[in-house]
Amino acid sequence: MNVGAADMTLLAMALPFVAAGLAPYLVRLMGHRAAWVLALAPLSIFIHFIPYAGLVANGRHVTAGFDWVPSLDTRFEWFVDGLSLTFAFLVTGIGTLIVLYSGGYMKGHPQQGRFLSFILLFMGSMLGLVLSDDFLMLFVFWELTSVTSFLLIGFDHEREASRRAALQALVVTGAGGLGLLAGLLLIWNVTGVHSLSGLLQSNEVLRQSPYFLVALILVLCGAFTKSAQFPLHFWLPNAMEAPTPVSAYLHSATMVKAGVFLLMRLNPVFADTPAWHTILPIFGGMTLVFGALLSVRQSDLKQMLAYTTMSSLGLMVMMTGFGGEHAVAGAVLYLVAHALFKGALFMVAGIVDHEAGTREVTKLGGLLRAMPVTFAAALAAAVSMGGLPPAVGFLAKEEIYSSLWHLDPWSLTFLACAVIGNALMMAVGFVVALKPFLGKRPHALGDVHEAPFIMWVGPATLGALGIVAAIAAPFTHEIVSSPMVSAVLGRASEIDITLVPHIGPPLALSGLTIVVGIVTYLAIAPFRRAVGGVLRAIGWGPDRGFDQFVRGLVRFSHAVTDRLQPGSLEVYMTVTFVAIAAALLVPMVVFGELPSMPTWPTDVTFYELTVMAIGIIGLVAVLIAHDRLTAIVSLGVQGFAVALLFMLFGAPDLSFTQFMIEALSVVILALVMTRLRLAPSDHRPTGEKLSDAAIAIACGAGFMLYLMRVTEGSFDATLSDFFARYSKTIAHGHNIVNVIIVDFRGTDTLGEISVVMVTGLAILALIRIRATRTDVELGDNDPREQHDPREEGSHGKRTYAGVEAE
Amino acid sequence: MMRTLIFRTVAPYLTSLMLVFSVFVLLRGHNAPGGGFIGGLIAASAFAIYGIACGVSPVRRALRLHPTTIAGIGLLLGSVAGLISLFDGVPFMTGLWIYPHFFGVEVPLATVMLFDFGVYLVVTGTITAIALVLEEREGE
Repeated sequence: MNVGAADMTLLAMALPFVAAGLAPYLVRLMGHRAAWVLALAPLSIFIHFIPYAGLVANGRHVTAGFDWVPSLDTRFEWFVDGLSLTFAFLVTGIGTLIVLYSGGYMKGHPQQGRFLSFILLFMGSMLGLVLSDDFLMLFVFWELTSVTSFLLIGFDHEREASRRAALQALVVTGAGGLGLLAGLLLIWNVTGVHSLSGLLQSNEVLRQSPYFLVALILVLCGAFTKSAQFPLHFWLPNAMEAPTPVSAYLHSATMVKAGVFLLMRLNPVFADTPAWHTILPIFGGMTLVFGALLSVRQSDLKQMLAYTTMSSLGLMVMMTGFGGEHAVAGAVLYLVAHALFKGALFMVAGIVDHEAGTREVTKLGGLLRAMPVTFAAALAAAVSMGGLPPAVGFLAKEEIYSSLWHLDPWSLTFLACAVIGNALMMAVGFVVALKPFLGKRPHALGDVHEAPFIMWVGPATLGALGIVAAIAAPFTHEIVSSPMVSAVLGRASEIDITLVPHIGPPLALSGLTIVVGIVTYLAIAPFRRAVGGVLRAIGWGPDRGFDQFVRGLVRFSHAVTDRLQPGSLEVYMTVTFVAIAAALLVPMVVFGELPSMPTWPTDVTFYELTVMAIGIIGLVAVLIAHDRLTAIVSLGVQGFAVALLFMLFGAPDLSFTQFMIEALSVVILALVMTRLRLAPSDHRPTGEKLSDAAIAIACGAGFMLYLMRVTEGSFDATLSDFFARYSKTIAHGHNIVNVIIVDFRGTDTLGEISVVMVTGLAILALIRIRATRTDVELGDNDPREQHDPREEGSHGKRTYAGVEAE
Repeated sequence: MMRTLIFRTVAPYLTSLMLVFSVFVLLRGHNAPGGGFIGGLIAASAFAIYGIACGVSPVRRALRLHPTTIAGIGLLLGSVAGLISLFDGVPFMTGLWIYPHFFGVEVPLATVMLFDFGVYLVVTGTITAIALVLEEREGE
């Protein structure tokens, strides 16, 4: 491909995000008709990718990109082959219809702009995910789909159920995403390859590595959570709290297939290993059967479809892992078929809900006359879902059965899973597609109309495509299925199945499936009761387990916090100072680094001694002071003495700062004292005084010994010389200290002043919290209405932040 | 807090002197002891003294801006001073100098000076904010 095409692909990948930014404004401007404009974004991406189909059909693939984070070896590189191209078509094609559908479904909703924005954000993330070549890029887009899914599920954020479902989906898929990240990094470490296309070419290194199984399991964590495999499936049915366009798009047609996409993408790397061919079919098979059974139990249209989605995902995982050309072909065909029919059925469910006001299948019926187009779309989709000719679902099912048809227990088990699952899904599909439309119309429904064009165009197109794709099977295979199967297998492969009946075991199995499906359809009500009864008897499920897990986590963190943060300032201070003393003293003692006793200098001048004496007097005054204010001021005296010493030893800057700091700390400490209304004097019992004194002495001695030890060593003057030499020539300043602060180490200072500012804000916030908590307003300390704060302190009896007031 | 007449009379003069001095210390910092940090501390002390002597409201009125806003402006100035160098194609926080002439006198100006002024404002604003809030008393 030439440069122009690569640039266009990058633009195409960015377009959904741009459209997402514009969506709210467009909706404000044009109302729900903005959807027509916004749908142009995915449509143009779809058109952009059409020329790639010819390339990919010839067995070629396209990679291009640029360095993204060179220091991490990360590239922004896309990889277009049969697999990613099909996904790109699904994401943008169904995306176009979904944007239109959302325009009608959410018409008049005050947040429609935001909704369309989220949908487009998701579209961009999903498109990025399927086109990613680089590991980290894949991970970023993978998590972006989780985040946007969170936003969409929780769209109706005023309802607790939505919030819970959103959080649950985020926790489960986010955790899985972290597993995936770990797996990818492990693979990167083992193979030295950090792109999917690179990995596909050098899979032997990974297979022979002892970390193979760990890497596989970590990657499966990501895939299984995203694709809702049992027992991590529970977030998917709950995600139906989202508005229906979301369920149709994310939670059936695209996002949940990201896991399957990943498995298919990595199939050439992991295939033909025992772990791959054991884990995938077992989890997939369980998900298939459980999902199908659970779907029968539901009576809400969306819930039924949600569980069959789970079931279908299980089928795809099972077939991908089962291995072999036909199995993969079956998985691929089923994936495409599923995206078409499930998207359509969800949109139908949404239309029924929108027009009739309920999704409860037991309360629906007889809508055929009112909604003929919707019914036609639903019927076409259900035919595909049931695996009946002439729909593409039929082709998928034939491939699946022919690949599973081996007379050994292993294959027969999964064959049984597939037949049961397909039969139940067929029954559920027809319940969704037929029950609301046929039969007698309940009076409660009132007047129901056909949905507007903008809403039925989506399901009608998808339903029709499911049929057309099967009738034009050779064409479908040439541009979609065969390149995709080749990509998944890692070698060229052709699919040739058509609607022409081929007598054999698969056709017989199809017949069996249809019979079981019809029986289930007819007996759906007793079946629903039976499965419901069994589930009630079991009682516990992973969904409830999630709640218990979250509650346990909260309780655990409460316990830990209570222990680590008792809220008593005394404890914090004690721990801090003991830690300081230990950090200073223990290494010196352990490593025998204690300083030797210094000789008493003979050239101490009289005034130096005087200043030291002042400092010591200040300290003694602190110790014997009767009230706190005196102690604080005395501490200031000691500080000033130190500042004088700095001055005497030629550090005017330091001394200057020390003076200011001392003055301000005395003022601020005194002010804090008056606010806290502590008792004016110290009432600690003797034992506590002794232990506090011991800690203080240990800290002081530690610092003293440490400084003595440091100054004993030879002084490395490299830095001082550098600064002295270049302070004037480079930084044009004579004052080295200041030059270091604002120029040589300016970035440090920038960090420091940020900290100063944030600390200040935190202090203000703390003081304000107190002000609101006690429900008193801050007043002005006008001196005319003043009285001595110490009077207050003496009878102040309150506790703040754990500081015990006497 | 202080009810002495002397203090209340002297405080405004003391405050203004200290503020002038703080700017002086800030500006001389490049070649002699001083700088934005110390200057800021002096300015904050000046406001604190004024607050203690005459009450917090007059200080707040005189400042016009909330002290935290002042600190925020300082942080902004500091960051901008660092960013300017990027436009000159040199790394972040590289000092740039210009030497304009005012009335025939060459006055060296630098992004470093702007940065130091930012430090001055952050320290002044933050410490003043804390001091003033502490000086405020809960209404009875």
